Amino acid sequence: MSAAAYALRETVIRSATKEVVIGHDRPFCIIGERINPTGRKVFQEALRAGDLSLVTKDVAAQVAGGADVLDVNMGVPLTDEAELLEKAIRLVQAHTDLPVCIDSSVVDALEAGLAAYQGRALVNSVTAEDERMEQILPLVKKYDAAVIALPNDADEIPMDWEKRIELVDKIVRVATQDYGIAIDDIVIDPLAMPIGADGSVGQSALTTIREIKARWGLNMTCGASNVSFGMPGRHAINAAWLPLAMGAGLTSAIMDARTPQVVESVRAADLLLGHDEWGGTWIRRYRAKQAAEQAAAAAGSGA
Amino acid sequence: MTPEEILTGLYEQTLVGNGPEVLSLTNQALEMGMAPGTLLFDALIPSLEEVGARFERGDFFVPEMLIAGRAMAGAMERLRPLLADTGVETIGKFLMGTVQGDVHDIGKNLVNIMLEGAGFEVIDLGVQVKPEKFVAAIEEHQPDIVGFSAFLTTTMPMFKANLNALEKAGLRDQVIVLVGGAPVTQEYADAVGADGYAADASATVKKAKDLLAGKRALVGAAR
Repeated sequence: MSAAAYALRETVIRSATKEVVIGHDRPFCIIGERINPTGRKVFQEALRAGDLSLVTKDVAAQVAGGADVLDVNMGVPLTDEAELLEKAIRLVQAHTDLPVCIDSSVVDALEAGLAAYQGRALVNSVTAEDERMEQILPLVKKYDAAVIALPNDADEIPMDWEKRIELVDKIVRVATQDYGIAIDDIVIDPLAMPIGADGSVGQSALTTIREIKARWGLNMTCGASNVSFGMPGRHAINAAWLPLAMGAGLTSAIMDARTPQVVESVRAADLLLGHDEWGGTWIRRYRAKQAAEQAAAAAGSGA
Repeated sequence: MTPEEILTGLYEQTLVGNGPEVLSLTNQALEMGMAPGTLLFDALIPSLEEVGARFERGDFFVPEMLIAGRAMAGAMERLRPLLADTGVETIGKFLMGTVQGDVHDIGKNLVNIMLEGAGFEVIDLGVQVKPEKFVAAIEEHQPDIVGFSAFLTTTMPMFKANLNALEKAGLRDQVIVLVGGAPVTQEYADAVGADGYAADASATVKKAKDLLAGKRALVGAAR
């Protein structure tokens, strides 16, 4: 593969007051995955009853953990997802200045979330299906957002990277030519599938990532926790996966921002890839951790 | 090897997912004149049941489940024609598919493995299965149970569409309908009028067996 003949892309997202730039020469963008009721029974019941208090708790924990952006998903069956998502977006923005990734497969909910959002959002997500692109890309354009795109079509989630590249090509073509979306605002999810179900999915995702970077220089994100589904020791697997994918060109992940092991591995990889000048972030995080430990020890031994 | 040793070996080798050894023991057993049904009901099914139990307890993980299922499937390929010849029936026929609009299949495939492991005959229609395709397949295969899988909040409403299609075709009372998938809940299953919901592969097997036993008892009582 010859050297890239174009600039590496930068994706700018914002809250009302804070800007985050996702890019290949920058620190990895950690998108906190926790504000999502899928598989969380207590959270689902609370949301169905109109109680969003767990959302604020999840915001605080992820901000403390070192998230750069927060994903907000309100996919609770048998509710008005649009109304819930709109409320959740307002609530999240009242509690943090981090930009938000608006996450829904329901088009009306995406629109309600985008309308309520203050800033420049990241939309999660569109696929290469014609119908999905027709519904979602106009919203991305209308609200001047960036968008995560998954290279799957109406037939399948392709397991081979060549097919994924074809679908990325389609998405890029349609989004830029038919909808006037800037190529920098397209963030591809290369599809990292569970390694426990098929031992080849790690390699195929890494190849997809390298090819996308080489061909378009696009930013990429993935659901990092997905890779360890069904396996024991998930944190360690996620903490190994992310640096591998970062080395290949992944620039962001929707991930567990509350687990130090995973966040630390990302920040260490930033340092090693030359994306943390003079180790400033690494050292600052180390000192903060040290101070917290000393404070905890003092509180424990004192009084 | 004694028949007893063969059965123990089959059970243990299936449990650890040793496909070649399971197949070789199956062939040895058949050469010795052991009944195919004995191998199935006294070794293979109990072994997969144990896999399911361990998975449920968190002692077994997805890859272990997959290789055990594959080991059993290898033996079943050899046994199936013989079982049919000797008139041994499967415990039930299960028709499975991911609903229209949805291409996710990892969870569904795990469920299929555990169902086959429990002795069900599974007919998998794949992903993006339209309501009319479910209807046609029910008419063709006459399953006891139909499973709808959905991974997205946007595709879950297809459960209702499928149920309506079954209703319209006059098939609703013929089959038990189970639903599942990451965002699916018991409440949602109830709301769309499914007969059951299960959260994971081994729970599906239990639910399928319970509902089938309930239905058969009912049919028996009505006779």
